Amino acid sequence: MNEKLQKIRDDAIEQIKAAKGMDSLNDIRVKILGKKGEITSIMKGMKDIPKEERPAFGQMVNTARQEIEAALEETKQKIAAAAREAQLKREIIDVTLPAKKPALGHRHPNSIALEEVERIFVGMGYEVVDGPEIEKDYYNFEALNIPANHPAKDEQDTFYITKDLLLRTQTSGTQVHVMENQSLPIRMIAPGRVFRADELDATHSPNFHQIEGLVIDKNITFADLKGTLAEFARQLFGPDTKVKFRPHHFPFTEPSAEVDVTCFKCHGKGCRVCKGEGWIEILGCGMVHPHVLEMSGIDPNEYQGFAFGVGLERIAMLKYEIDDMHNMYENDIRFLKQF
Amino acid sequence: MRTSLKWIKDLVPGIKDMGPQEYMDAMTLSGSKGEFFTEMDKNLEKIVVGRVLSIEKHPNADKLVICRVDIGQDAPLQIVTGAPNVVEGALVPVVLDGGRVAGGHDGSTPPTDGIKIKKGKLRGVESYGMMCSIEELGSSRDMYPDAPEDGIYIFKGRDDIKPGDDAVKALGLDDAVIEYEITSNRVDCFSIIGIAREAAVTFDTEFKPPVVTPTGNAENAADYIKVQVDDPDLCPRYTARVCKNIKIGPSPEWMQRRLAAQGIRPINNIVDITNYVMEEYGQPMHAYDLSTIHGSKIVVRRAGDNETFTTLDDQERKLDSSMLVICDDEKPIGIAGIMGGENSMITEDVDAILFEAACFDGTNIRLSGKKLGMRTDAQSKFEKGLDPNNAEEAINRACQLVEMLGCGEVVGGMVDVYSKKKEPISIPFEPDRINKLLGTDLAPETMLDYFRKLELVYDKEANLLKIPTFRQDLLGTADLAEEVARFYGYVNIPETLPSGESTSGRISFEHRVEDAARETARFCGFSEAMTFSFESPKVFDKLKLDADDPLRQAIKIANPQGEDYSIMRTLPLNGLLTSLARNYNRRNKDVKLYEMAKIYLAKSLPLTDYADERVEFTLGSYGEGDFFTMKGVVEEFLEDVGMKDHITYDPKAGRNYLHPGRQANVIYDGKCIGYLGEIHPDVCDAYDIGTRVYIAVLDMPLITQMASFDRHFEGIARHPAMSRDISMVVPRDIMVGSIEDVIRQKGGNILESYALFDIYEGEQIEEGYKSVAYTITFRAKDRTLEDTEVNAAMDKILAGLSDMGIELRK
Repeated sequence: MNEKLQKIRDDAIEQIKAAKGMDSLNDIRVKILGKKGEITSIMKGMKDIPKEERPAFGQMVNTARQEIEAALEETKQKIAAAAREAQLKREIIDVTLPAKKPALGHRHPNSIALEEVERIFVGMGYEVVDGPEIEKDYYNFEALNIPANHPAKDEQDTFYITKDLLLRTQTSGTQVHVMENQSLPIRMIAPGRVFRADELDATHSPNFHQIEGLVIDKNITFADLKGTLAEFARQLFGPDTKVKFRPHHFPFTEPSAEVDVTCFKCHGKGCRVCKGEGWIEILGCGMVHPHVLEMSGIDPNEYQGFAFGVGLERIAMLKYEIDDMHNMYENDIRFLKQF
Repeated sequence: MRTSLKWIKDLVPGIKDMGPQEYMDAMTLSGSKGEFFTEMDKNLEKIVVGRVLSIEKHPNADKLVICRVDIGQDAPLQIVTGAPNVVEGALVPVVLDGGRVAGGHDGSTPPTDGIKIKKGKLRGVESYGMMCSIEELGSSRDMYPDAPEDGIYIFKGRDDIKPGDDAVKALGLDDAVIEYEITSNRVDCFSIIGIAREAAVTFDTEFKPPVVTPTGNAENAADYIKVQVDDPDLCPRYTARVCKNIKIGPSPEWMQRRLAAQGIRPINNIVDITNYVMEEYGQPMHAYDLSTIHGSKIVVRRAGDNETFTTLDDQERKLDSSMLVICDDEKPIGIAGIMGGENSMITEDVDAILFEAACFDGTNIRLSGKKLGMRTDAQSKFEKGLDPNNAEEAINRACQLVEMLGCGEVVGGMVDVYSKKKEPISIPFEPDRINKLLGTDLAPETMLDYFRKLELVYDKEANLLKIPTFRQDLLGTADLAEEVARFYGYVNIPETLPSGESTSGRISFEHRVEDAARETARFCGFSEAMTFSFESPKVFDKLKLDADDPLRQAIKIANPQGEDYSIMRTLPLNGLLTSLARNYNRRNKDVKLYEMAKIYLAKSLPLTDYADERVEFTLGSYGEGDFFTMKGVVEEFLEDVGMKDHITYDPKAGRNYLHPGRQANVIYDGKCIGYLGEIHPDVCDAYDIGTRVYIAVLDMPLITQMASFDRHFEGIARHPAMSRDISMVVPRDIMVGSIEDVIRQKGGNILESYALFDIYEGEQIEEGYKSVAYTITFRAKDRTLEDTEVNAAMDKILAGLSDMGIELRK
């Protein structure tokens, strides 16, 4: 009996180790350990063994069974591991095949630039406000110190609707609305569409966008204007950007300035973007003219402030190196997809 | 405005060695913005004065001669030339071997780097240099009227130069011309004196303006001419002086050179004097032939309507009563401030002249010039609004020059009609306010020092600054602060950030909703377009609007840039359709665009108050996608801005520009918040788009009223759902929307969702009917549903459907 058991065990383990797959392993398990298997049948031969030897024999059978089961388990894991490995090998993909992209759309460069500008100023405590595009002559000109027949009115080539209503030529009029309606202090920017009778060409459009800024409080200084716009330029064009303030004239600010920034492409060395100058003019600004404050009902002896106006297309075209205004309003998808 | 740098340096000797770049950069930073400069001696190298000693025939060429030219060295230079005008003894500019000239002798556009000159053989004879024409020196006969039409420039009457001298200097080409952008408030800077005064303060050095004395004989101009100003509002001041025994001839070299550098062609001494004074003082001058002034009287009056007048450019001009004319006692002799007349212009044989230096109303001159379609140098100065006190100095300067040039005898006295003398204003000196405005801490003495250099006179007793009348831009403390800032240097003012009460930065709710729309559009594959706010009224026909459609009531631009940009858009489709058409035409596939921009509706026409400007969110696409794709974008957006209630679609939108069977108004909470649909094929044809186009337009002001970014967690269902599938036979004209209405109304509070999973027409379905199948899902929050509850709900739904004539499919 013992020899027979030993043989069954040895044969079984040998067969198990030689098994090639899960199926044959299972067949072996049934053949050895199943209800009609060899171990079961040898257990049935127990009755022919002297009673006193039965426990020892039973022990032996159990040991043999455990050894066989262990062998089965070991082989099963080996086969499973081999199968997983084979699967992984089989499933190798060419990771350089093209991606399956969700077809996202793209923002207009004007819109991206505006969002950046808004983020900068909102971070500095400014409110973003809107103003009417069909504006009263008073708000577009008179309240900004540009009375009737002022040459600046000619310079701006205004589209008129009626004698008193026009397409605003600048976002500056929103300053006046805000000064009239809002409590002090004021920190606001007003982006929006503006219109001037320029032919559409590489650098002009009769329909374009500006961003107006206005800060009014008791102690706002020209130094604050410089600091604010320098910070703005650094955030928009990069931390190394330098800012140059040049005296200029606008009817609604005094003192006034034009602001140049170091070319963000060549960092001031001179290149195609800055036309070799190293500097690029980006905006006009100044301290709000006392007469403008007064007309809007703010006491210039108590309050003072600054204002600035930026051309959005100018910023976007410079920043994204767009060389022709036509692109901005043609909406060719091959253009938009680059932003 | 442009100035010769040399002329400026003559008035500001302290900068005599400064280069044009350094000068321009500093002037820009003090407020006189230099745009660019042109060096007149660019590409002129090794050019000296030579004297032609002898001229011999060339042995091998008929048209060439061999000259021996003294260039101030031991041995004369041998130069071969073909110039026809060389004569022995002539002083000429000579470029030496290895030198450089600006251009060719034909006066064509000069090469950027000029032309290098080397010694060489001309038909076998050595030539060691070249004698130069004025064109080769980079100039022209316009600027050097004494230069020959063809040939070498020959110095005439120049006792001051000798062979070997620098010819560039002798020609006055050792100069640079600075071009400035002067702002309209600085009328005084449209003159040499004004710029020179700025330069002197900028460089902190002495300013030496010309010293003008009223010259003249013992006679009185008033005995020669009477002046009557009928419209003093348009002519605040008129000054006149007389010069007699005029000898017309060329003006001297120095004056010609200065005028030429200013870009003004020298003509003759009298004309040159008027131009010279206009440049120097910024005061336009006019010289009349005194003998042509009938009645020895000048009358300044408004023109008559339909009065005509021939200006000295030989053009007949039609005048009207808004324009000012200068007349004698019977006829106009000039359009005030714009141009003189042919009938009074000075000629070669003039004997006595009348100088006019007047001040006219700037606005009137500007408007008259516009009406006449004229733009003269004088006009561009007058329209800025000149200082009347400048006229006297200018006219005296002109007379002084007549005397200095020896071209006439100046009659004493000036006729001056100056009804209301312009007096200087005074501004209190408030150094603290100036510092407070600038954010600086400058000493009052520093400020006063700048003011003194700017010729502002400080009265310490009264603490007032007297402002010279030429500085009409200085009206208050803010203006004075700018003067301080300019000369202290904008660059030296510190950079600080605003102090004071803090404010909260924010964007408006409208803005947030618009941003959400942009995000949804972007995630759904739409790219952002921007199109113009104005368009052509023809758009309405292209979009098939009815003749009486209120959308045709567009706001018109009174002075448009052509019809295409003449009305403010009342609906946003044209811009997007035009952009889609452009893409289609350029063969771009699958294009999806959106725009977030305004339409402009008039409350009444003609417009008397603000328009109703409404931001519209407009989407349009062709290629991939269909009506339901567009519907999906609309619903995604509305859900994103918290509009989660049921959206209904009214197919009776009645929009002519959309496909009649594929359009719907979008209804939310009983309001039409927009529409979507397929563009009518006729409209596609009109835009030359050969494929189907889908659009959606949502009205942002309405949506903003209903949108919300509030969110509330409603829990995650813990109990299982139960679903029932139903398949129905539905009359064809019943829309699934009404089936869904029934499911929603009858499903009770255990109804969770419903989803269409099949819709079919054709075989096995009777004609006029369609098969529609839904999965309806029920769930309770607090318990597992029993079959009986679900069955009861389904029975109600089926009963409701049955009432509509819908049967379950057998």
